[in-house]
Amino acid sequence: MRRFAENHPWWLAAIATAAAILLYLIFAIWPDWLVQMLGKKKVFLNALFNGITLGALYFLVASGFTLIFGLMRNVNLAHGSLYLLGAYIGYSVAGWTGYWLLAFPAAFLIVGLFGIVLQVFVFRRMERQDLRQTLVTIGISIVLADIMLWVFGGDFLNIIPPTWLSGPMETILVTGVKRSSGDLIYLKYPLIRIVIFLASVAIGVAMWTLLNRTRIGMLIRAGVDDREMLSATGVRIQLVFAGVFAFGAGLAGIAGVVGGTFQSIAPGEDVRFLLASLVVVIVGGMGSITGAALGAVLIGISEQFGSVYFPTYSVVVTFMIMVLVLAFRPQGLLGRS
Amino acid sequence: MRVNPAYWVAGAVLLILPAFASDFVLYQLFGWTFILGMIALSLMFLAGYGGMVSLAQMTVAGVAGYMVAIFGESAITDISQGWPWYVSIPLALLIAALFATATGWLADRTEGIYTIMITLAIAAAFFYFFNQNYVIFNGFSGFNGVLPPELFGVNWRDPIAFYYLTLFWAAAWYFGAIYVSRSPFGLALQGIRDNPRRMAALGYHVTAHKVAAYAVAAFPAAVGGILLTWQSAQISPGTAGIGPAIDILIVAVIGGIGHPVGAFIGAFIYVILKTFAIDLIVFVGLGSERFRLLIGLGFLAVVFWSPDGVLGLWEKLKRSRGLNPLLRKAGRRP
Repeated sequence: MRRFAENHPWWLAAIATAAAILLYLIFAIWPDWLVQMLGKKKVFLNALFNGITLGALYFLVASGFTLIFGLMRNVNLAHGSLYLLGAYIGYSVAGWTGYWLLAFPAAFLIVGLFGIVLQVFVFRRMERQDLRQTLVTIGISIVLADIMLWVFGGDFLNIIPPTWLSGPMETILVTGVKRSSGDLIYLKYPLIRIVIFLASVAIGVAMWTLLNRTRIGMLIRAGVDDREMLSATGVRIQLVFAGVFAFGAGLAGIAGVVGGTFQSIAPGEDVRFLLASLVVVIVGGMGSITGAALGAVLIGISEQFGSVYFPTYSVVVTFMIMVLVLAFRPQGLLGRS
Repeated sequence: MRVNPAYWVAGAVLLILPAFASDFVLYQLFGWTFILGMIALSLMFLAGYGGMVSLAQMTVAGVAGYMVAIFGESAITDISQGWPWYVSIPLALLIAALFATATGWLADRTEGIYTIMITLAIAAAFFYFFNQNYVIFNGFSGFNGVLPPELFGVNWRDPIAFYYLTLFWAAAWYFGAIYVSRSPFGLALQGIRDNPRRMAALGYHVTAHKVAAYAVAAFPAAVGGILLTWQSAQISPGTAGIGPAIDILIVAVIGGIGHPVGAFIGAFIYVILKTFAIDLIVFVGLGSERFRLLIGLGFLAVVFWSPDGVLGLWEKLKRSRGLNPLLRKAGRRP
């Protein structure tokens, strides 16, 4: 952090200014000229928080993708299918047992097992053949997409959260002042989204701790840097590989349940989330968990703001972020070259 | 120079085909095969000679198709400019080539397997862009009534005329690809594919060659895109969606990315499957919508067992026939 400040004072100043402006926009009661410029504060805050929660969801999907790529150099283009598979499993389990919370372990376990199957029967058989892996995973995603369409149909499905999680929650943020009485109006925000955001942050922190503070994390980081050397020291690297693959796939499955709860499940979502994770890891930097978090929040926010403020060009905003990152920092914001 | 007799046979058959084939075969099967083949040829050129698997070639085709609809004539008169064909078509090709060049430059910012991801992201971004932009691209419904010009008094959407039109362009790009692959540029490109470092040490500008390859490969894709638009007289976001982009990859891989002919073989197999597999699937007892399952499984089988596609199988067959049956080694056949 200090080194960054010493090396890039201007960058730091720009980031600090942006953060200050953002904090002002969030906490201040907007004066009239600002309302005229940007529209209602409520719209702004909603877009911001929707963007952050969407970013949390993207992070859940993309962190597994980036972990698998960072460690094994496996490009798993079936990652979006794992997401959708998790969503459908969560839907069935939640509908079948009636417990929303059960959907998470079920999706994690089943999709994780499926990930092990993929790792053992596909990726291990064609190590170091990037192109073939990519093609095979594209094939798998086509087949899976059609099987899921077959089994679950093409309708939009929704995982219904329990009643104690539904409904809005009053927050401490002020959106405006009532003209008649002068009372402050507070922002109401869906409780489920807040819970999901907090859960994603918890998962992210847990992953960071696991990677940076435990022995398993040490093995994984060593494997990212130099897997030949790691296996030469006697680590059973294939076990680590299978474990990480299962974990990454399981995370995608959990993300599926999350996405199915606050958005909807439908054919085509697999592609959408595959692309979201691609863009997130391209922006954040391949193989970096922190990068995935940064990229996910950036893409989530830009997508929401884009759809609120420039509806017909919102994709362009996201795309331009990717282009700019590729143009000026091809390894990604936090990636190592 | 000795010409492979297969060329004479294939050429003769394709030229006299309209004499006995039905309109459906000419317009749908072969017209579509040649169009898909051209777009897949563009991918094959980049992947086979340059080692860059670009999933954005269908988007290049889509851009060209859209530009013809926007600058030329269509039923959406608010947007279409209605310029004559000799302006709109070159302009469409030029814009498609510029788009491909920009794509190539972006994709080449990082190395190796990133290319496929970046081009997939670009393809998807443009699909969503076409879909949500109503000012230029007319959103979800796209453009209809995009017809070819009545050049030389011929209705080019007449099955026989369209057949020869697509055949002409397919052949032109096929031989063009072979010519370029043997030109100094093509040889340098293949050198870069095999060892970029050594080529850089020899004084070749690696990035420039790669980006130029994207620009060159844009033309078959762009012409394919324009013909595709004329064939169905419409273009919409779905034409250049993610599914079609991956289908082009499937076509190229099934055929084999070692030689330009693979693109057309793959396209032919794909078109035949897409047209007739439905009957087969229904016959087996599944719904006709299971087509993608079949295509996916077929694609998986090809990449699992014969990564070089049908061409790879052919090579294997040739090699095994060349084996001496007694010694099991390569030798002259008796």
